[in-house]
Amino acid sequence: MIALIINISAFSLLFFTFIQDKQKAQRSLKQALVKFVNLLPMMILIIIMIGLILGFIPPEVIRNYLGSDSNIIEIIVASLFGAITMIPSLVALPLAGSLIEAGASYTPVAAFITTLTMVGFVTLPIELKELGKKMTILRNIFAFLFAIIISLLIGVLL
Amino acid sequence: MEKNKVNQLDFKDKINKGLLNTIKYIMILTIIILSVWYFFPNKTNSALNISSKYGLEMITIFPAVLILMGLADVWIPKSLINKYLGDESGLRGIIIAMILGTLPTGPLYIAFPIAAELLRKKAKISNVMIFLGVWASLKIPQISVEIKFLGIKFATLRFILTLAALVIIGNLIEFIITKKEKKEVLN
Repeated sequence: MIALIINISAFSLLFFTFIQDKQKAQRSLKQALVKFVNLLPMMILIIIMIGLILGFIPPEVIRNYLGSDSNIIEIIVASLFGAITMIPSLVALPLAGSLIEAGASYTPVAAFITTLTMVGFVTLPIELKELGKKMTILRNIFAFLFAIIISLLIGVLL
Repeated sequence: MEKNKVNQLDFKDKINKGLLNTIKYIMILTIIILSVWYFFPNKTNSALNISSKYGLEMITIFPAVLILMGLADVWIPKSLINKYLGDESGLRGIIIAMILGTLPTGPLYIAFPIAAELLRKKAKISNVMIFLGVWASLKIPQISVEIKFLGIKFATLRFILTLAALVIIGNLIEFIITKKEKKEVLN
């Protein structure tokens, strides 16, 4: 359903752009193609990883390690994992979905997604350069702490 | 014309680099899969079935998401962000920061220079922090992928909670950072 909505809006906007300005349409398609090709290796890797996780790791094991709604250590580990990894969030989301399918609880998955997107170890040098030490440290620490709160709330509410 | 040529080359280089990487990944993964398959043929078959199911699902949504991002790149000039976030404050400022952040215009490392530029133009720290957070975590095309793979309930809850958290974080940082420190950052 959501795929249909996104496809219809993307292609109608593309069509509209094409009528307005052919060059603009061309440029946007090139951009999209470059992004796609650059995402492709990670995408293939994640697709295979999802298969291996769901096919090989028994659900009991995943439930055991990622199945709790309130295990604070589990949540902190998931948050740390999200903060240091550099998976593009676009492909991390299907991976997160597969973990849920395999028996993980929403709480650690929410913590992972929140820190993956909001806390940036990899982008830290750029952030330090642009925003300075204090603002960068505050932003990342607060984002980390609030990721834990957000994930606990999602666990309670969902 | 000359510039066009350079862009053309740039484009081909980027595509080639991506394709080369893809081939490398495929080769390594094929070796891994074959060796796993040698020991556990049944489990590997079911793993590959699951993979192809997920692969198909990703293919139904990713091209459209990337086209939306490409379109945003050509339609939304970065100057728009400067123009609207630069001097708005109060609730209006917060709302503008949120809306501008959700626009599908590129990865986080582009947002940092924009944020620094906004601070230099005396935008409120809280609004700039909200803008950065929304940009990082709540982009519209990504939300659609989140809805597809994690469900609309999860995506909506995370969206609302993250938005609330960002407003709190923005104001906390605004409160902690003194004017003097803000000036030092920008010089």
